[in-house]
Amino acid sequence: MPESDILVRARGLTKRFGDFTAVDGIDFELRRGEAFGFLGPNGAGKSSTMRMLGCVSPPSGGELSILGLDPVRDGSAIRARLGVVPQEDTLDVELTVQENLLIYGRYFGLPRQLIRERTARLLDFVQLSDRATDQVEPLSGGLKRRLTIARSLINEPDILLLDEPTTGLDPQARHVVWDRLFRLKQQGVTLILTTHYMDEAEQLCDRLVVMDHGTIAAAGSPRQLIDTYSTAEVLELRFDPSTHEQAAEKLAAVPAERMEVLADRILLYIPNGDAALASTHDLGLDPVTSLVRRSTLEDVFLRLTGRRLED
Amino acid sequence: MATSAVLAVREFRFWLTDYRRTWRGTIYSSVLNPVLFLGAMGLGLGTLVNKHGTAHLGGVSYLVFLAPGLLAATAMETGIGECTYPILGSVKWNRTYQAAVASPLRPGDVFHGHQLFVTMRLLMNCAIFLAVMAAFGAARSPAVIAALPTAVLTGLAFAAPVEAWAITRNKDSGFAVVYRFVLIPLFLFSGTFFPVTQLPAWIRPVAYLTPLWHGVALCRGISLGTLTAGSAILHVGYLTAFVAAGLLAGQRTYRRRLHA
Repeated sequence: MPESDILVRARGLTKRFGDFTAVDGIDFELRRGEAFGFLGPNGAGKSSTMRMLGCVSPPSGGELSILGLDPVRDGSAIRARLGVVPQEDTLDVELTVQENLLIYGRYFGLPRQLIRERTARLLDFVQLSDRATDQVEPLSGGLKRRLTIARSLINEPDILLLDEPTTGLDPQARHVVWDRLFRLKQQGVTLILTTHYMDEAEQLCDRLVVMDHGTIAAAGSPRQLIDTYSTAEVLELRFDPSTHEQAAEKLAAVPAERMEVLADRILLYIPNGDAALASTHDLGLDPVTSLVRRSTLEDVFLRLTGRRLED
Repeated sequence: MATSAVLAVREFRFWLTDYRRTWRGTIYSSVLNPVLFLGAMGLGLGTLVNKHGTAHLGGVSYLVFLAPGLLAATAMETGIGECTYPILGSVKWNRTYQAAVASPLRPGDVFHGHQLFVTMRLLMNCAIFLAVMAAFGAARSPAVIAALPTAVLTGLAFAAPVEAWAITRNKDSGFAVVYRFVLIPLFLFSGTFFPVTQLPAWIRPVAYLTPLWHGVALCRGISLGTLTAGSAILHVGYLTAFVAAGLLAGQRTYRRRLHA
């Protein structure tokens, strides 16, 4: 891969706040045109990593190069070429939708005429054209998010950083945002996103790293991670709470690669779910519900950390 | 690569856009405040004061004595007011500062851009005050216009350090303390309403240390035509030191808050 196609390179990247180490020596590379994800639970160090990538938080250690530049020395020049969708909205809610884009474009020193042209195009892209002159305050969370995405594209960034882009949105609004981000990806925009939603990571990311406690637990494409760290299928069983533990003991007899006993469910990792379900019935077990499904990144995370993502 | 000045001007323009929504209301209060104070204190209370002789006031009527003092105090109020709640709002409630520093702007540019906006607000408020002062007949000559820059300087001597501190806050409770224990005592005891020489001798040095006293002395000296070059240099130097210290501190505190 030519050097110029590596947009971000991190080696031993570390962020400390006093005695607390939020990011503990991580390595990764971002290539032009890909969608790269940080998947992990709250507190894994995703947002701290994003803030370092956004050049608003100097690294405490390690090396970081963004667009071939040093984020501490050249932060301003790098930020001129980034788009940022922060976790919490930073819109000026007292201004209108288009005024927010105008102000933001002016931060980048873009001429008014150019901002006007881009505003029309971007509001059309996020389906907010009919709200252009409305005040931002009363807009729903989903619309505000879409406006934030439009705003982040005003400078036609080389890299778009999205920190938990759909956290707090209802399922419908989330799907609209995913659809828009997917289109950006198709247009060749380089994306970095953090998420604790495994379906978001699976849908949007070409490559991702699983983060936990400030370190990278695993890296690869969603498919590779599932193939490496999980089985083809998962059998999910739910028992009456009074027989939950007993059932777990008996299930040890089923030839599964792995069994996870959660508070409310038992997961059996097996190549063939239906066969395993038949053998649970052979054991005389009677689950309240049973489900055979394909492995997901949630299973990868459980395997790597022993915990669930959204706990 | 854009220079610091260019980046600061971009933040200044953000505040201008923001101000377009609220400017009418601020003009009303900028006119009303001096009208009320000069009317009640300058004219109303002034008739009583003038009857007891005006030797302590330098031989001028109470209104003429009071007006330049109030001008400096107005600048202080504007400076503190613009640099407390709006700052916490930008970093905490609206988070527009976080939006700004995700762009090419650096924390210092954001700080300087707002100080530019405060300078503009000070110029506006103090110019309006001078106009009201003239309407009340409290301006003795057109030379009083020279008090405009000194009043703005007085306002900035409060604005810069207060803003440097305000950006470190997470709650607005500290602002009430500043209003109660800094703004109001200074307003009352730094020579605005009566000469500091009327205070007990032991407390006078405290009054001389406050930036407001220096601002009042400058504005009054210009208005009454009694300012000497030596004292002008002293007062301007003292106020400039506060501005410089505030600007230096703010660079640091803004960076710590916005580039953590």
